[in-house]
Amino acid sequence: MNIPVSISVNGRLRRAEIEPRTLLVYFLRDVLGLTGTHVGCDTTTCGACTVHLDGRAVKSCTVLAVQTDGHEVTTIEGLARDGKLHPLQEAFWNDHALQCGFCTPGMIMAGLDLLHRNSAPSPDEVRYGLEGNLCRCTGYQNIVRAVQDAGRVMQEQQ
Amino acid sequence: MIPAAFDYVAPKSLDEAIAFLREHGDDAKILAGGHSLLPLMKLRLATPALLVDIGRIDGLSYIHDQGNSIAVGAMTTYATLVESDLVRRRLPLLAQAASMVGDTQVRNRGTLGGALAHADPAGDMPAIVSALGGSVVARGTGGERTIDIADLFEDIFTSALQPDEILTEVRLSVPENAAQDYQKFRRRAIDWAIVGAAVSVHRSNGSIAQASVVLTNVGPVPTRASATEEALRNQPVTAETVAQAAELAAQDLDPTAELYASADYKKHLARVLTRRALTTALSLE
Repeated sequence: MNIPVSISVNGRLRRAEIEPRTLLVYFLRDVLGLTGTHVGCDTTTCGACTVHLDGRAVKSCTVLAVQTDGHEVTTIEGLARDGKLHPLQEAFWNDHALQCGFCTPGMIMAGLDLLHRNSAPSPDEVRYGLEGNLCRCTGYQNIVRAVQDAGRVMQEQQ
Repeated sequence: MIPAAFDYVAPKSLDEAIAFLREHGDDAKILAGGHSLLPLMKLRLATPALLVDIGRIDGLSYIHDQGNSIAVGAMTTYATLVESDLVRRRLPLLAQAASMVGDTQVRNRGTLGGALAHADPAGDMPAIVSALGGSVVARGTGGERTIDIADLFEDIFTSALQPDEILTEVRLSVPENAAQDYQKFRRRAIDWAIVGAAVSVHRSNGSIAQASVVLTNVGPVPTRASATEEALRNQPVTAETVAQAAELAAQDLDPTAELYASADYKKHLARVLTRRALTTALSLE
């Protein structure tokens, strides 16, 4: 039986009737066409599908879309403002914090969750905060640098 | 991977939720944080006909100081436990272990009540609450009852909860002047424990009055290292005492071998992790 949901995605209210078994990541990608959120391992491991649910990072392959009815979801598409990249996106670009880019949306959403709680993390704190995100191009060094750099920029902007 | 089809209800009250559980019996499963259940459903190892989502019931997420115990609402997430000053100050073992569960995203969703009801032998929380001691509150058709944590875990993935009961609160004893630590060994940061060791040591006049030592994933339920506890009782706080007591940690174990760990290896880990946990808790290094 389909269930009506109304979910705020990147600030816009989206209504749909969906099967209860629809995972949030497939709702975002297949129903809303927001393909920036990637499906990697599909087993709560790799973090490629990370989005924010009410401001906290979650793995959208392990959340039912119906659980988010009435809640706020932010995806990678929701970070840029007025055509300007978010400081964390900018830092990933500047620091070459990606090679193939597949893990990048999840890395950025997880990194942002960390920066919201700790604006000046140490390298160890960044690595701990990103434990749930795997990069198979072995690019962690620059990812850590980018999160730290973005933290500095975000502090200056406040 | 897509779960098999199921019906979904999200009641607003415990009574409504219990009514659904009573009506549907074993066909229904309770959905809390979903970080154990949904992966099993995606693998079709679990195929409930009905999910009863208790995430929309108000008043199940809280941490209350009750003097010699702390009451934690069942839907309290690991992240909330880690960030709670009260938990960090009065139940450091719980805060530390919660910070070692899964990863950031998992800790943002996973709940203490869900972890205990799931009773995964490789889960960290069953050993942690067993080391601390206390009780859980369960509500069902027949009303509310408390279950001593010592009686909560019955077998692998099996708790004392009845099919129509919902675990609503965890009440943990607050030890005074206790030294605590949790050590676990795993292949990667986000993996389950191959073996874990939780210790809570009560000191008195510079010696060990009593120690609680509980192991993760060396049996179907959290396993108390009784010989180690006995060897520590009324002993001085020294590295020698700890080393000798930790050697006894695997004495009565008969762990199941798994893909990455033989039974002997798990027993080895039980001894090593018990020593490390005691050493760290008592600041002996």
